[in-house]
Amino acid sequence: MYSEAVLRYYELPPNKSKIPGADKHAHADNPLCGDEIAVYLKIKGGKIVKASFEGQGCAISQAAASMLLESIEGKKLEDVLKTGEKDVLKLLGGAITPARLKCAFLGLEALKKTVAEG
Amino acid sequence: MFDSQKVRADFPFLKKKTSKGKTLAYLDNAATTQKPSQVLNAIQEYYEEKNANPHRGIYELSEKSTEEYESARAAAAGFIGAESGEIIFVKNATEGMNLIANSLASAFLKPGDRVLISVMEHHANIVPWLLLKQRMGIEIDYIELARNGTLEENWEKRITPKTKIVSVTHASNVLGTINDVRDICATAKEKGCYTIIDGAQAVPHLQADVGKIGCDFYAFSGHKMLAPMGIGVAYGRGELLKKMPPFLGGGDMIRRVERQGAEWNDVPWKFEAGTPNVEGAVGLKAAIEYLQKLGLDSIKKHEEKLTRTTLDALNECEHVRILGPVNEKGKVGVVAFTHDKIHPHDLASVMNEHSVAMRSGHHCAMPLHQTLGMAASSRVSFYVYNTAEEIERFEEALEDAERIFRVK
Repeated sequence: MYSEAVLRYYELPPNKSKIPGADKHAHADNPLCGDEIAVYLKIKGGKIVKASFEGQGCAISQAAASMLLESIEGKKLEDVLKTGEKDVLKLLGGAITPARLKCAFLGLEALKKTVAEG
Repeated sequence: MFDSQKVRADFPFLKKKTSKGKTLAYLDNAATTQKPSQVLNAIQEYYEEKNANPHRGIYELSEKSTEEYESARAAAAGFIGAESGEIIFVKNATEGMNLIANSLASAFLKPGDRVLISVMEHHANIVPWLLLKQRMGIEIDYIELARNGTLEENWEKRITPKTKIVSVTHASNVLGTINDVRDICATAKEKGCYTIIDGAQAVPHLQADVGKIGCDFYAFSGHKMLAPMGIGVAYGRGELLKKMPPFLGGGDMIRRVERQGAEWNDVPWKFEAGTPNVEGAVGLKAAIEYLQKLGLDSIKKHEEKLTRTTLDALNECEHVRILGPVNEKGKVGVVAFTHDKIHPHDLASVMNEHSVAMRSGHHCAMPLHQTLGMAASSRVSFYVYNTAEEIERFEEALEDAERIFRVK
């Protein structure tokens, strides 16, 4: 579960920052463990030109959010809506135990919320 | 002192291997406990030889079932120093707390009355009051914590003229703190309050006697003390139970039902609607007998030793903050902590890789975690079958987590 890549994204996420004047912004949390993710998107011509997040929580939730947002840069908004749980698991690489799936998908939830209502 | 290796032989579950090919170091006993053969066999025997609906039939089998059920009630009463007629069988401590809160409120509370609880309560002693707050407009006050994880001194200043009930936990499921419930009940009673004690984390681990405590009500779960899930006890002082209305309605809790009215059964059956959990009661009786044979004092000493070892191990780790008392005598076998570099969920996942079952999260005590300034913590909790070797495995797993997360 804790691959070199997961640990690297957890320790030094390349896209953990707020985008001032973001076009879309939303937030999701899991009160069960206190994990939080806020997503910021900069959009031009229906395409995501910059995606970033702020948050706190376990290694899985933070690394998954970082990896996911990195993977959607340059994509069209409608394609981002098609991003699913399978894509997140692929990014994380190793097997995620059932109890940790919620952690893994928190970033995805925040991203979908941002695209839909942010 | 008993031999925990000998105890382990009674627990089929502990012989099983995990997917990693190891035996499981089960350190989540504050959540639920494993069951010895003595309990499992008693349940099997009940179904093979005595199963019928109790209190119903005239035939011999139903009488046998009634006898089993009522003798379990007597065993539960004896275990906590109560009378049989004061023992209400419920699903678990949570249902017990709900029954007590609702029935007591219906009988004696009016809008604006106040209930005093503490910030270290499990949700089972918070949410029933929140529901009553919404439904009938009672108010809830909190006893705060002292710095060492015990209840604040001079807590009685929180009792107002409107306070009607003081309801606190006997032992915290996170901090492990054993509260001085005897003193709390005496003080509360002096001020004219009803007293309720949540005994879910105490009854399995120490000698609890409702007479000595002096409480009006007490609740505990069977599954945290080797009995099956789905059986628990709500104790109430007989004279109070007589004045209180039923909690649930249906079969068995009535003497007579007419189209527009009904007459209730006697206490305690007035509070037990529908076919009861006889197998659970039978299992609870077997569990009580098992624990009595080991001796509650020996169990307490055994857990103190494991707790001391764990506290010492965690004290070695500079990144760990222990929550609650650091003296093993003042707590049950529960040690909660946080690690400043590793999230509780990540730590629990690494523990799982080592076949160590450790809890992470808010442990159904969110207001406590808010008070401590955190969302979640890690927790290990012990019982009769745990060994020093399992704590060594916990230490090794903690070291491995620190290695994975490059803390060291």
